[in-house]
Amino acid sequence: MFAYTIRRILMLIPVLIGMSLIVFFLIRAIPGDPAQIILGQQASQQAVAQLRDTLGLDEPWYVQYFIYMKDLLTGDLGNSIRTHAPISEEIWPYFAATLELSLFAMFIAVFIGVNAGIISAWFQNSWFDYVAMLLALIGVSMPIFWLGLMEQWALAVEWRIFPTSGRESILDPVNSITNLYVIDTIIQGRFDQLQTVFKHLTLPGVALATIPMAIIARMTRSSMLEVMRSDYIRTARAKGLRMFWVVYKHSLKNAFIPVLTVIGLQMGLLLGGAILTETIFSWPGIGRYIYDAIGFRDYPVIQSGILIIALVFVTINLLVDLLYAAIDPRIKYQ
Amino acid sequence: MKKGFLIALATIMLLSVALVGCSSSGGDDDKDKAQALVFGRGGDSVGLDPATVTDGESFKVIKNVYDTLVEYGEQDTDVNPSLAEDWEISDDGLTYTFMLREGVKFHNGEDFTADAVVKNFERWMTSGDSGKYAYYASMFGGFKGDEGHVIKSVEAKDENTVVFTLNRPQAPFLKNLAMTPFSIGAPGEFDKLETEPVGTGPFKFVSWKRNDRITLEKNEEYWKEGLPKLDKVIFRAIPDNSNRLNALKTGEIHLMDGVNPSDVAEIEDNSDLQTFFRPSMNVGYLGFNTEMEPFTNKKVRQALNHAVDKESLIKAFYEGQAEPAKNPMPPVIDGYNDEIDAYPFDLEKAKQLLAEAGYPDGFKTELWAMPVPRPYMPNGKKAAEAIASNFAKIGVDAEIVSFEWGTYLEKAQKGEAPMFLLGWTGDNGDADNFLYTLLDKDTIDSNNYSRFANDELHEILVEAQSTPEKEKRAELYKEAQVILHEESPWVPLVHSKPALAGMKNVEGFKPHPTGSDKLTNVSLK
Repeated sequence: MFAYTIRRILMLIPVLIGMSLIVFFLIRAIPGDPAQIILGQQASQQAVAQLRDTLGLDEPWYVQYFIYMKDLLTGDLGNSIRTHAPISEEIWPYFAATLELSLFAMFIAVFIGVNAGIISAWFQNSWFDYVAMLLALIGVSMPIFWLGLMEQWALAVEWRIFPTSGRESILDPVNSITNLYVIDTIIQGRFDQLQTVFKHLTLPGVALATIPMAIIARMTRSSMLEVMRSDYIRTARAKGLRMFWVVYKHSLKNAFIPVLTVIGLQMGLLLGGAILTETIFSWPGIGRYIYDAIGFRDYPVIQSGILIIALVFVTINLLVDLLYAAIDPRIKYQ
Repeated sequence: MKKGFLIALATIMLLSVALVGCSSSGGDDDKDKAQALVFGRGGDSVGLDPATVTDGESFKVIKNVYDTLVEYGEQDTDVNPSLAEDWEISDDGLTYTFMLREGVKFHNGEDFTADAVVKNFERWMTSGDSGKYAYYASMFGGFKGDEGHVIKSVEAKDENTVVFTLNRPQAPFLKNLAMTPFSIGAPGEFDKLETEPVGTGPFKFVSWKRNDRITLEKNEEYWKEGLPKLDKVIFRAIPDNSNRLNALKTGEIHLMDGVNPSDVAEIEDNSDLQTFFRPSMNVGYLGFNTEMEPFTNKKVRQALNHAVDKESLIKAFYEGQAEPAKNPMPPVIDGYNDEIDAYPFDLEKAKQLLAEAGYPDGFKTELWAMPVPRPYMPNGKKAAEAIASNFAKIGVDAEIVSFEWGTYLEKAQKGEAPMFLLGWTGDNGDADNFLYTLLDKDTIDSNNYSRFANDELHEILVEAQSTPEKEKRAELYKEAQVILHEESPWVPLVHSKPALAGMKNVEGFKPHPTGSDKLTNVSLK
């Protein structure tokens, strides 16, 4: 197991280097000069040239890449072109905001998705099965953008149950320690604020959870169906074991491996793909951070932001693979 | 048994959804809303050092933290006293002596003195870095030692008197000093201004959560007696216009800019809300690349001027909140030439001119549409489609092209666009900031996207720059507009009045034509 883990971790290095190269060159292939964009319509050519020089944009690309990689190895993500602040200091609050939202969405998606899948499988062809799978189909095909706006319109504007946007009450802001507000408010014993934080999480969380929830439900259902047809389950049932135990203990363990893959992939996608949701709900997360940076051609921020998301993505995949190996010892020898 | 189990599970699931969803009922906290105003806007500020930023979102905050030596009127660009109580201008227009207000303090307790003014100007004019101090360089002709630099020296005569000596007269000098980029910061804090601004303004900086909000609190020692009225101002970034309006409807924010023209009617129908209109100081236009065939031909440009139906554009895309333009600058600016007759919408005349120019059957070209909404152009793509359909009627087949905004500007600036939609919001309310900045031959490769070069116009515009008498200047600009009308490097489309919205209880808010508002007199009922 140890050797397997090490081998998998080492494999990440070329992946990340490749990723950094691709991102580095792709963003430079987008037309649009950062200096020009920062200085805006007002700027003279001289001003633009001077800023390009200050930013080091006149260096050949390989020199720029080399400098970037050298800094990266010493843990320096560079400074934002726009705000001049070091990215390593700047990025955490955004990342934490996205992480909190994604974890919350994933919790909803897994909890509801897995259970719905199990029940649908167990009561195959019942009304519940049909309704659940229909909802899952709608869920997969629903544009997040539209769903978000509908939620906002109905639950925030018309019924006033939830706030339309942001992470916290603006007049009573959370005193951030970790920047994960659920944890921060619990540490500080501010349960009134915790409630507000959950209210803010709900609408974007549900919007973000919809697609993974639907995918997980369908995956769980089909995987469960397969397992439940196997001999050992039939035996368990024949022995008169209570249904609940048959489902949640004996079947789920085996049915869960493919579901775990889906969960891992979806979690990665959520972290990177929250841009739309973050825009609709003004969630100050990493998706918007990178999106804004693209508008300003803030190369260091785009590079580092995407690289961090990639790192998280591959790490989650790694964890999923390791979990497989733990659940099913056959896997690591393959 | 089987059914019971199913129902039980379904109930648990529904309950869990409800639990996650409704951790409690009711909207956002109502705590302490008294005199704390939340201003919703489309983006975050880039920085808060007045001299180094160039974007509108930064100036909106800066204007409330700092003061300038002189300031614009409440809703116009007339020059009024601010940190300078009074001033004298020498007859040759080369010496400006400012008498400063006494007893004013910066937010950190430093005294505001003539010395502070000198230090601010020294910081800008000796830097020589036009990438960093872009506005200074563009408004005052470069830096100390540069040939065109306007300011020779800034000296403190005594504690409360500061003397500016100029190298050459600059007509809009006072108007320039009133611009937000030339706000006076505390000399002891220059290094920190970008993230922790310290000025003498009505509000003190408290905190900044990037991409989310900036919080300011009342400056209790503000030099304007009894002001500001608000205890707290929070600028919140909510990127999507509809989303921002939703937040206004639920009371999460009190004021917002960037209202879609199509939402104005709905806001006016809502008894909890009110609308405001920013006085127009902008122009939206269709530019021709005058270096590119067939737009090198004046008759072609005139023909197309006849082929744009501005009234329908305004009705369709501005919900009536704009006036048709006939000059490249709006009527509020001194020197506006109202005697010019706009090209009437006349397709027959257009065809005739095209035929005279040698294009009886029209031609094929590209029309570039702005990808982002701007106050002067709420929907570039739709406007382009409407204009193109008019052009089709005279045989001009214009394919609509668009790029991402940064790319759009860069390509247009390089002269790659045959015809393009664009616009401009004035910086200082001066004609020079429209006509010279946008259409002089000196500004090709910069803001002269039409790449229009005309020597006669150039002479007039340069002369106007150093003519101190108001009347004479106005005459020169009127003359310039006659040339521009005849040469038609653009189709001037509209001067729009951008809409803002607020809750009914917002009082005393008067939007300023420059696009950034001082909230000193605003209060919540």
